[in-house]
Amino acid sequence: MKPRSSGLGLILFTVYLLFYAGFVFINAFDPASMEKTPFAGLNLAVLYGFALIFGAVLLSAIYGVMCGDASGSGSERKGPKP
Amino acid sequence: MIYESSWQAILIFFVFVGFTLGLSFWLGRKAKSSEGYFAAHGQIPWFVNGIAFAGDYLSAASFLGICGMIAFYGYDGFLYSIGYLAGWIVALFVVAEPMKRLGRFTFADALDAQFNSKGIKLAAGISTLVVSIFYLIPQMVGAGALVTPLLGFDQRIGVVMVGTIVILIVVTAGMVSTTWVQFLKGTLLVVFSAILTWMILDRGFEVKTGGSDGHVFQSIDVTEVDLSDGNSSVGTLASVEVLGAEDGWKSAKEPFVRLKHSDSGKISVWHVEKPAGGGTDWRLTEAQTMTLTSAGKVLVNGEPKGTKKGENQLHPVGFVKSLPDGVTSTGRLSPVSFLSTLQQSEVVLWRNEKIKHSDGETTVYFSKVTTGGQILRPGEHPTFKGIRSEKLTDKVNFLSLMLALFCGTASLPHILIRYYTVKDASSARKSTIVGIASIGFFYVLTLYLGLGAMTSGELDVSDENMSAPLLAKGMNTWLFAAISAIAFTTVLGTVSGLILASAGAVAHDLISSAFGWKLTDTEKVRVAKISSVFVGAIAIVLGILFQKMNPTFLVGWAFSVAASANLPSLVMILFWPRVTRQGIIAGIVVGMVSSMTWILLSGEAYSKVYGLDAAAAVVPFSQPGILTIPLGFVTLVVVSLLTASRGRQRLA
Repeated sequence: MKPRSSGLGLILFTVYLLFYAGFVFINAFDPASMEKTPFAGLNLAVLYGFALIFGAVLLSAIYGVMCGDASGSGSERKGPKP
Repeated sequence: MIYESSWQAILIFFVFVGFTLGLSFWLGRKAKSSEGYFAAHGQIPWFVNGIAFAGDYLSAASFLGICGMIAFYGYDGFLYSIGYLAGWIVALFVVAEPMKRLGRFTFADALDAQFNSKGIKLAAGISTLVVSIFYLIPQMVGAGALVTPLLGFDQRIGVVMVGTIVILIVVTAGMVSTTWVQFLKGTLLVVFSAILTWMILDRGFEVKTGGSDGHVFQSIDVTEVDLSDGNSSVGTLASVEVLGAEDGWKSAKEPFVRLKHSDSGKISVWHVEKPAGGGTDWRLTEAQTMTLTSAGKVLVNGEPKGTKKGENQLHPVGFVKSLPDGVTSTGRLSPVSFLSTLQQSEVVLWRNEKIKHSDGETTVYFSKVTTGGQILRPGEHPTFKGIRSEKLTDKVNFLSLMLALFCGTASLPHILIRYYTVKDASSARKSTIVGIASIGFFYVLTLYLGLGAMTSGELDVSDENMSAPLLAKGMNTWLFAAISAIAFTTVLGTVSGLILASAGAVAHDLISSAFGWKLTDTEKVRVAKISSVFVGAIAIVLGILFQKMNPTFLVGWAFSVAASANLPSLVMILFWPRVTRQGIIAGIVVGMVSSMTWILLSGEAYSKVYGLDAAAAVVPFSQPGILTIPLGFVTLVVVSLLTASRGRQRLA
């Protein structure tokens, strides 16, 4: 049995992975668009970079709140004993 | 530059180090059993463990390397900040809770939980050692870089000091003290970096003509004709002779001109700036030089290096050339206006080129006026230049590095062992969330610290790793002392974590499990302590050998090896029920060997480690992750399928 947190974890992981992949691919294949300044005089590179950092903090906070104190004990598999 | 130590710096430094060692000795009394030594009895509170994650992770590479790279090249260093933090998402959502549930002391425990295989222990133990040693190199390089301005010692002495102190910490204590030391350092590093950032914003930007020593760098308008060989005046400079290009000066990539001053006999080097669209109106800008003669003497700007009369040292650099709307000073700026103002400004950055000649080698440091738009865009640093290249392999190199940073964090042995210091999976998750918040906050600050250093007038053109401490030095001597001492002790924390992970791999995975030696609890701890001394000694030697390399760059390699060797087996054992013992061993070995081989045959290793031409490298790009991480997965799957079917045939 999978712990109840793992399904949510994988969904949030996929969301972030796509967001990160977007940043990396824009940098690699359309670097000029990173120089555009769409908001507050800041360029896309800075805005997207900050969004990735704050996004990571936000998603981890959502995960923490959704999981509460669940420890996922259903999948408990103990490590080797000495 | 020549650094002079201050008594404040020495005082604070020894207070920090003394406190750290005292704490280690005191807490070490409680860590006599292997459970206590390797895993702090699993009793560390989750919040403390989360901040300790930050103390463990925010290492020399993060603080010194990233700030240095941003200070010299702009945005590119921030790409590392983004990648390093993104890696924590893998740690939190994929690895944290299962690691805690499956393991006991080391990450090999988790891999081996359902197999009880000596082969898995052996492969995972060796992988832990290899990754830890790769990761130790940049930490030791960073430690050496810090000690030089702080205590006025040679960089090598700094490396030896760190190695010795860390060995003492690990030998006397173990995971309990390492955790509390990392908690304190993590807290102090984030708090003091926030203070420094606040001071940078409070200062704003100011237009200057040179660095903090008051030297004004000259520039002269000339025409091409002025620079003909043998000319006796150049623009407004009289009594100079234009020297012809000879030796390595002939093949220099940048246009340099050497002028011999007839009154003093000195030779000065100038960089020629030509208009982008062609034309005859050229400009000479004053360069700085450091020459290592064949006789072993060091000359700075043509005179012996030193602080006495008749001696020279490199001038500090890093200043704003122009601000938007022609203002000369901005005053206090908000976090957003700091970046938007810089976006519209011009900053004088410095680059360098090495010239070999019959009498030795000269490094020429020359200025380059750079627009804010260029500074805040990716692709200026040599590592990231590939994103503007037309060559696909250059772009693949970038993708590969960013993939390694994303996958590497959750594969680092010293991070993985921290999941065993808390009591359950829920605490592992909560401590990772605290870690992400504190590390994320710090990485936002790195952009401001780097750009603040870039415009501080304090940069040492010959050493980008010193940018953050020198920025603090320019603000306040006490702040410099505190920041340097914290950074130094942060190196201690990361290095102790790495050495502890290595010691655990040797004592628990290799000797006790793989080789089957029956060790008592006390003997296991003793073996771990002896291993710590050996690993520490190796780290000292490598730290000295690699002292001139940027720590961040070296960490990129460590991440590639960690992600290629460890991530495939970690992920597959959690999510693929058909994984076999042989599959895990093959995945680890192939991932580790392929990534290391690729790195050692890469252009970066050729140019920066062996001193050879990068173009002669065997492999087409330097970062292996994009090939070796999937290779680790494919190997694991194929070998698992083959060995599982063999097992089934035998059963039939």
